[in-house]
Amino acid sequence: MTPAVLIASIYVFALAAFLGYQVISRVPPLLHTPLMSATNAISGISLIGSLVLAGAAHYPLFAHILGFVAVTTATINVVGGFGITDRMLKMFNKRKEPKPAEVAK
Amino acid sequence: MTLSTYFMEATYLIASILFVLALKGMSHPETARRGMFLAEGGMLAAIIGTLIGAHIVTWVWIIAGLSIGSIIGAWMAIWVPMTAMPQRTALSHAFGALAAALVGVGEFLVHANDMPGVTRTALGFEVMLGALTTTGSLIAAGKLQGIIHGKPIQFKGQNIVNALIFLTMATCFFIFIGHPEKVAVFYIMLGLAFVFGVMLVIPIGSADMPVVMSLLNSYAGLAAAATGFVLGNNVLIIAGTLDGFSGFILSVLMCKAMNRSITNVLFGGFGAIIAEATTDSGGVMREINLDDAAMQLAFASRVIFVPGYGLATAQAQHAVRELAELLEARGVTVKYAIHPVAGRMPGHMNVLLAEANVPYSSLYEMEQINPEFPSTDVVVVIGANDVVNPDARDNPKSLIAGMPILEVDRAKSVIVLKRGQGRGFSGLENPLFFKSCTSMLYGDAKSSLAHLAQAVQHV
Repeated sequence: MTPAVLIASIYVFALAAFLGYQVISRVPPLLHTPLMSATNAISGISLIGSLVLAGAAHYPLFAHILGFVAVTTATINVVGGFGITDRMLKMFNKRKEPKPAEVAK
Repeated sequence: MTLSTYFMEATYLIASILFVLALKGMSHPETARRGMFLAEGGMLAAIIGTLIGAHIVTWVWIIAGLSIGSIIGAWMAIWVPMTAMPQRTALSHAFGALAAALVGVGEFLVHANDMPGVTRTALGFEVMLGALTTTGSLIAAGKLQGIIHGKPIQFKGQNIVNALIFLTMATCFFIFIGHPEKVAVFYIMLGLAFVFGVMLVIPIGSADMPVVMSLLNSYAGLAAAATGFVLGNNVLIIAGTLDGFSGFILSVLMCKAMNRSITNVLFGGFGAIIAEATTDSGGVMREINLDDAAMQLAFASRVIFVPGYGLATAQAQHAVRELAELLEARGVTVKYAIHPVAGRMPGHMNVLLAEANVPYSSLYEMEQINPEFPSTDVVVVIGANDVVNPDARDNPKSLIAGMPILEVDRAKSVIVLKRGQGRGFSGLENPLFFKSCTSMLYGDAKSSLAHLAQAVQHV
């Protein structure tokens, strides 16, 4: 990491932190559980680091195996995290819609 | 840079933007789902970009990892019940952190000697945060699942032992920055971080889990951000930082809702002290039978339900919604009051009630609902205790003094659904139970609510 890259990275970090603070403080307590599982799924982006470790050229076998485990756990997080967040968000309804059976009565 | 590398970087930029938009969507339940689709698209783009642009040569490990991970992840997404959401979230913190730690170890194996000191610093952070979050989250998940006892585990000199572990780990970290060729130092640091994660979570009681969950969430995100620094990858920095800050904000909110500091939660061992510190106030609890309780509810005009962790353990969320619907059919106004730390993770109660089809417009936050209690006829407390304990407001000597509470004792009458006469989870005496306006309905919350619903129908 050259000093220039380091400084750019720190800028990215600081701006992301600021943006994160702004965006996330607007999430209502109602959605805190889905928020946690959503951010968790998003941070499963470490999957892309794991992919490189698991498949890049000239890496020792042990690194590939570590990469394989990392790909597995990160994928669990991405697939499981997004899946369950969607399942939760689907449940949040504003008002009870009258069920067809009840309307028929 | 080749064309495919440009393509990869472009997908990363798109992913970063979509992630931020996704979290912005979370500010309202109506836009939240659409937001998550954006995030999923961003993730998919980043993965495809990496596979095309990162000069991958060995595919077998990748395909194996992606398939196994997808199967387990999909299985979790479909089959985990909503009541087990805290455990599932804790587990996923562990998985995310483990991935970050392993990527760090892999980088160490491959590049340790040709990376500059700054990168090694980031690598050290990544590995330590990743490792301690992994074991810490596993312990938290074990406690939430009931595999490990929920009571704080403490021993004499615990804080000194922890400080020693931490100092040794920090020393290894500094040696590693200067001398990457000393391989053993790196692995000792890694091992100590795993141990430290365990030590950090075992002294914390289950009632403090919302804070711990949020903190672990934060650490897992920061570990991913550190990975971004090591790999010089901006999308990792952005996504990790968003996650880290989200967890941090939630921790602060949870601590505020308990009027405690983060250090107090981490090193206080709350539940352990209390058991000795409480005294009996010597009052009498008044028991109520089902029919009288049903009568009170049926002829009330305003009813508020206050759910707590007991609702989750009894899986009574559907039963409470059925009772509420019967009451609403009789013209009773029904609301739900949600304390920020009710349950075992932020927002736990909201998700459970949403699962039972309770519309979110009936769920009220503490600040909104507190002024309404004096004009409420009946409050039904379901498996909640500390969050309705008037001692927090009235008794400055109480261990939870200053914690904001739902002021249910100001209502005209209160019915407390409770499993037995015991003190419940925290072991604190709750004067609410001895008030003249309060009556107790003992038994399993789910069956009590179902019976109440039946009785209301016959009124």
